Amino acid sequence: MPGLDELYREIILDHYRSPRNRGELPPPAVRVEGFNPLCGDEITVYAQVENGVLSDIKLTGHGCSISQSSSSLMSAAVKGRSLEEVRGTIATFKHLMTAHEERLDEGPGSSVEADVRRLGELAALAGVVKFPVRIKCATLAWNTLTQALDEIPVVGDTSGV
Amino acid sequence: MTAFDPRGVRTDVPLTRRVINGRTITYLDSAASSLTPRTVIEAMDRYYENYHANVHRGVYQTANEATTIYEGARDAVARFLNAPGGSSEIVFTKNTTESFNLIARSWGATFLNPGDVVLLTEMEHHANIVPWFQLRDTQGIEVRFIPVGDDFRLDLSEIDELMRDVKLVSVTGMSNVLGTIAPVRQLADVAHRHGALIAVDGAQSVAHSSTDLVGLDIDFLAFSAHKMLGPTGLGVLWAREAILDAMPPFMGGGGMILDVSLDGFTPAKGPSRFEAGTPPIAQTAGFSAALKYLEGLGMANVAAYEKELTGDALTRLALEFEGRVRIIGPGDTLERGGVISLDVEGVHPHDVAQVLDQFGVCVRPGHHCAKPLMKRFGLAATARASFGPYSLVEDTDVLLEALGHAVKMFG
Repeated sequence: MPGLDELYREIILDHYRSPRNRGELPPPAVRVEGFNPLCGDEITVYAQVENGVLSDIKLTGHGCSISQSSSSLMSAAVKGRSLEEVRGTIATFKHLMTAHEERLDEGPGSSVEADVRRLGELAALAGVVKFPVRIKCATLAWNTLTQALDEIPVVGDTSGV
Repeated sequence: MTAFDPRGVRTDVPLTRRVINGRTITYLDSAASSLTPRTVIEAMDRYYENYHANVHRGVYQTANEATTIYEGARDAVARFLNAPGGSSEIVFTKNTTESFNLIARSWGATFLNPGDVVLLTEMEHHANIVPWFQLRDTQGIEVRFIPVGDDFRLDLSEIDELMRDVKLVSVTGMSNVLGTIAPVRQLADVAHRHGALIAVDGAQSVAHSSTDLVGLDIDFLAFSAHKMLGPTGLGVLWAREAILDAMPPFMGGGGMILDVSLDGFTPAKGPSRFEAGTPPIAQTAGFSAALKYLEGLGMANVAAYEKELTGDALTRLALEFEGRVRIIGPGDTLERGGVISLDVEGVHPHDVAQVLDQFGVCVRPGHHCAKPLMKRFGLAATARASFGPYSLVEDTDVLLEALGHAVKMFG
């Protein structure tokens, strides 16, 4: 069953079974809820920013293995990074999710290959592109995090982001 | 044994030969939309090749023939339902949803006053919930719900109290999630005893069992052609003639008028007053063929056969996946149709459906447009398998094989 193996990589199933950074953060952490009204998936992102760094991130919610593992993988990738790096990772991941599936197998030097190299573990989600109805599942956490970053008050933040 | 040959039905439906991911399709989503027999497809082809013209008012031959086809479908529907007032009680709509909006916007907006209650059930499809909430917001009516018990059946223990100020009871004949069949005749008696009318969502029940409007004693019935071997884009609203006659038109335009002047308009008499604009004509040609096909099988036979398939599937699911797969619906086939909602422990319904797709198995994940019911049972979604007259016991074999794979994969 090659198709399924590409979607449900072992690392994805691992993050689905044992999600990282589960839980809540008290204020002043920003709290943003994300919904996928079509399938009922829900994710709540708690983002703590200190001195221009995403010092902590927690997630709650429920949904399919793709949405939940993507949120877990995301949290591991962005925690402790500068906001600039976080935004860069978000952009790279979303770029990967918009790649046409035929381009996935392009070799060295292609933009997809570059994305995959930059994303590390997150690249396990690249197979989702071959299942277009699931892309929304994979991007839910990322859109929610983007919204959280947009809501972070500028007051007291001297990072200059 | 069943009185018709399901393998013959299978052969009559071209889409059952489709190959998906290297395997012959196992279509288990008839509750969402049924597959189409060749005779239905051919009836529509014949219409377009020989008779196509706009209906009504045409003088030339094909316009008359198209009108005969269109009105002939109305007669066929009236016969199929044993409608007490015949074809003048049959209104063609786009689908069940439009039929309910028509009831709410026309009958509801005219006859319901602030404080009046519309009584629904917790197992309704959004099509029989949202139009009433919309009316609540504009007319000040109240919307109330008959609860669903832990046995997945309507809890009618307090029905007389629930009936206070109720002007309309609007219930599904068969839940599209649980498979539960509602006691429609009993509810009709309750409604009428309290001076209320009763509307029935027949999207599932009309498609999977025989309907006798004289015996049911209801006042409105809504259903869709595409769930009963017919084409998409065509629905039916049946209502008693006296009720229809008192209802103002829902949409205005061509086809629904008796007269229009610079001062105003007079609506047409009869069902055409609710059919503004060019209707789905080819679809009625297809629907007539679908009804003829179903009458050939016999709806009582279809119901009995699907009950057999459902009983077999429920037994085998319980045996092979004990503790892993929970059936969200009655566990036996008593007053239950061929819709099986599954909650697989540790595997989200979307993942279940994704794995099943690799086996060519078509099931539907999601809330099935019944979010209040999902909430009632503490679920966000289920994976739903549903049968049609072309379903075979082999479909259940493949379903179980694929489910086994999903359970193993997610450990």
